[in-house]
Amino acid sequence: MAAAAGRARSRRGMAAAAGSPRLPAWCGPLRGLLLAVLAAGSCHGNSVERKIYIPLNKTAPCVRLLNATHQIGCQSSISGDTGVIHVVEKEEDLNWVLADGPHPPYMILLDGNLFNRKVLMQLKGTSRVSGLAVSIAKPNPPQGFSPGLKCPNDGFGVYSKDYGPQYAHCNTTVWNPLGSGISYEDFDFPIFLLEDANETQVIKQCYQDHNVPRDGSGPEYPLCAMQLFSHMHAVTSTVTCMRRNSIQNTFSINPETVCDPLLDYNVWSTLQPINSSGKVDREKEVIIVATRIDSHSFFWNIAPGAESAVSSFVTHLAAAEALHKASDVHLLQRNVMFTFFQGETFDYIGSSRMVYDMEKDKFPLRLDNIHSFVELNQVALRNGSVLWMHTDPVSWMNESVQIQVRNLLDILSNSSVGANVTLREVGYSQPLPPSSFQRFLRARHIPGVVLTDHQAAFQNRYYQSMYDTPENIRMQYPEGLSPEETLEYVTDTAKSLAEVATVVARALYRLAGGANNTSAIQADPKTVTRMLYGFLIKMNNSWFQSIIKPDLKGILGDVPQHYVAVSSPVNTTYLVQYVLANLTGTVVNLTKEECLNPEKAPNTEKELYDYAWVQGSLDPNSTTRVPYCVRSTVHLTKALSPAFELRQWGSTEYSTWTESRWKEIRARIFLVASKELEIITLVVGIVILVFSLLATHFINAKADVLFSIPRDPGAVAY
Amino acid sequence: MTLAVFFGCTFIAFGPALSLFLFTIARDPLRIIILIAGAFFWLVSLLLSSLIWFIAVKASDPRDEALQRGLLIFGVMFSVLLQEAFRFLYYKLLRKAIEGLVALSEDGCSPISIQQMAYVAGVGFGLMSGAFSMINLLADALGPGTVGIHGDSQLYFLTSAFMTMVLIFLHTFWGILFFHGCENQRWWEIAAVVLMHLAVSGSTFWNPLYVGSLVPSYLLMAAAAVWAYLLSGGSAQNLRRFLLCKCLVKGDGDLSGRPWG
Repeated sequence: MAAAAGRARSRRGMAAAAGSPRLPAWCGPLRGLLLAVLAAGSCHGNSVERKIYIPLNKTAPCVRLLNATHQIGCQSSISGDTGVIHVVEKEEDLNWVLADGPHPPYMILLDGNLFNRKVLMQLKGTSRVSGLAVSIAKPNPPQGFSPGLKCPNDGFGVYSKDYGPQYAHCNTTVWNPLGSGISYEDFDFPIFLLEDANETQVIKQCYQDHNVPRDGSGPEYPLCAMQLFSHMHAVTSTVTCMRRNSIQNTFSINPETVCDPLLDYNVWSTLQPINSSGKVDREKEVIIVATRIDSHSFFWNIAPGAESAVSSFVTHLAAAEALHKASDVHLLQRNVMFTFFQGETFDYIGSSRMVYDMEKDKFPLRLDNIHSFVELNQVALRNGSVLWMHTDPVSWMNESVQIQVRNLLDILSNSSVGANVTLREVGYSQPLPPSSFQRFLRARHIPGVVLTDHQAAFQNRYYQSMYDTPENIRMQYPEGLSPEETLEYVTDTAKSLAEVATVVARALYRLAGGANNTSAIQADPKTVTRMLYGFLIKMNNSWFQSIIKPDLKGILGDVPQHYVAVSSPVNTTYLVQYVLANLTGTVVNLTKEECLNPEKAPNTEKELYDYAWVQGSLDPNSTTRVPYCVRSTVHLTKALSPAFELRQWGSTEYSTWTESRWKEIRARIFLVASKELEIITLVVGIVILVFSLLATHFINAKADVLFSIPRDPGAVAY
Repeated sequence: MTLAVFFGCTFIAFGPALSLFLFTIARDPLRIIILIAGAFFWLVSLLLSSLIWFIAVKASDPRDEALQRGLLIFGVMFSVLLQEAFRFLYYKLLRKAIEGLVALSEDGCSPISIQQMAYVAGVGFGLMSGAFSMINLLADALGPGTVGIHGDSQLYFLTSAFMTMVLIFLHTFWGILFFHGCENQRWWEIAAVVLMHLAVSGSTFWNPLYVGSLVPSYLLMAAAAVWAYLLSGGSAQNLRRFLLCKCLVKGDGDLSGRPWG
């Protein structure tokens, strides 16, 4: 039997030698185990993960933006930044974070009222802070809050050392005195905004339960911690990131873009139709009316822009509707172009592109065609009933321009007779406020005026911040109204903006050469209030639903934000386009096929008009809509900075703003254990492993001692 | 909870199983095959029992807490019975395999005995059971957070690792007991295995009172270990000789170095 066993052993050994692979046999299952671990880890939302983490869903990150020379915004590390939570509600709480706290780095939950430059600069300078979560202050901070610059778009307007040097860099007038400039600082830790008060309360409760120091000594583990993910791919400046983009596109099979230029579309429409692909005669004069439609704040895609953008373009839209009510529109001597510029917040992207297109003959109009320029800036916070008219003091020196500007101002003043609007001139010693008109002035001495509600510094105390909300422009609705009723309720703000729109429309009529009575030209407060509701409170309302294309109905989100973004067109641009088409266009009797393909139908004059098939309103009793065709003169042109067309990434003449790309942005809170517990777990594991290896080796070696062969030969032993 | 906890819990849960595998199973390809097949049988039993539980859960009202808990208890008990049924099926398969191996061998002797198969099958069941208990916990142990924000115990990972270790050992010993019972027609041994399994699984419902689940499981494991040792040809005498031998003669050339079988 021993011989048989010996033969069996040697044969088995040979079989083992012949069949065994290079790697030991236990490698395969181990690899399988590792793969299983990794695979299980990628399964989100499993029950163990829910025991550990509470995700924070309603947050807005601060992202990285780059221009020709700098990067601004925030950055986290690639696997997120973790820190022990500390709630800072007053300035003294910061000492714990900066000096006293025993468990750095800290993740700060900052009260909205403390979100100012002083606190942020303190946090920027220390390594004990791994991130910041800001809870939005309710109500708005009474002292005002503006993260924008004191001198917005400085260096890209018309005033420079060659043109009105005494007005450059806000030497004469500081437009935004409350501006702290924190939007334009570079932070190396992530900063998130907590939009939901309930989530803020959950975090504070976790802090109260675990992180508050008791009896003078530090808090004990486990501590409540937060992790923020917002890793940005682009670095340094637009020059660097565009260069890296081009390297990726040239050499990589799967190119990885790191940044995108901010771009969108400008919306324009003319009172009398013009051929959008042709050129307008040199003799034909056009009056341009302009407003901006975008805003910005410290956080990504949070840009309510009530006073800085919405008030002006809503007034503009109402004025366009009012002007179209005049009976002899097609007989007017001069044409009027209603232009809505996108991207003005970022060094005049839209207007610089339009001026560039006009200079390079890519636009139907040329700069010679422009007779005058009227711009509406922030107009909702009028003091009393005063509306200020700003003009450029440098071009006032030019005789011919002076005469035309004087004429312009007089027409405006005369148009305000009878309305509750008092137009006053600002004077000739003050420069123009930051406006799209400045880009046109850079190219040509055009007579123009900028209408605002502020004489010198902005009336808007929340310029380009998340607090520039409907409350800022005093929009108030009574309690208990349904969404439909709220849509139709005419607020005082709407009435005030409608008055401004009426004045502007009447002035435009006179400027365009109209001689008749202007009493028919009246802006409708009902339209204004519906627009204000849609652009400030709820985009997904019945009126907007009825005037858009059928395949766009899914894009209407809830809370409107007016950030220019990198994917175009954004909701704001779409809606401005369709609202303008609805207010200034006409309904034509075409079928769906004819409307979508106007070149096939007769008499459509496709070059002059734009045809849109809109889905129409919902019948109150049925669930279907009655779509129809709208003919209008509304067009879109690309609003991408000429710097990207010319591939001059480091340009100081044109806007070079880009937005970085990122993979994931999220936030979560959880408990962290002490280092001691972790080391103990590891040591126990290693001890158990070593002990079991030793024990198994010895048991295996002495197996014949431990397991004796029984006397009975039938049974087989170990 | 970071890398330290990940490795600590892995070593606690799978350290003994890994050492068993390395020293007693890895060298013999036949044993590896039996191990993997055993793991597969356990996997199939889990699949079937989870299918039943899943259907039961979907067919019932998700908001009724008591009903869901009752379904969970039913699911666990049904799974235990199904695992033991598959152990029996595996026993039948291995018996057939022994006949095949005997036919293939030259000297009419199977290269591996049914007792060795029982041990390896037990380890296979245990490893797969441990893997399913522990892998998703380990994946989450890699993150920065630890259990506790909703009020659960902080020792969750540690106790889960210890529970997995004891379960792997228990499956190994139950394999030996079960196959011995099937081989020698001792039905009360099989019944004891099933009852022990039900008891250990049932004790986990005491969690998060970890004393209520870990202590009984370790006691049962000690009892099963002694029983399996006795059934495998061990005795108190052998144990004393082993311990004394070890103390007297370390690394004895005569007795050490020989692998099992």
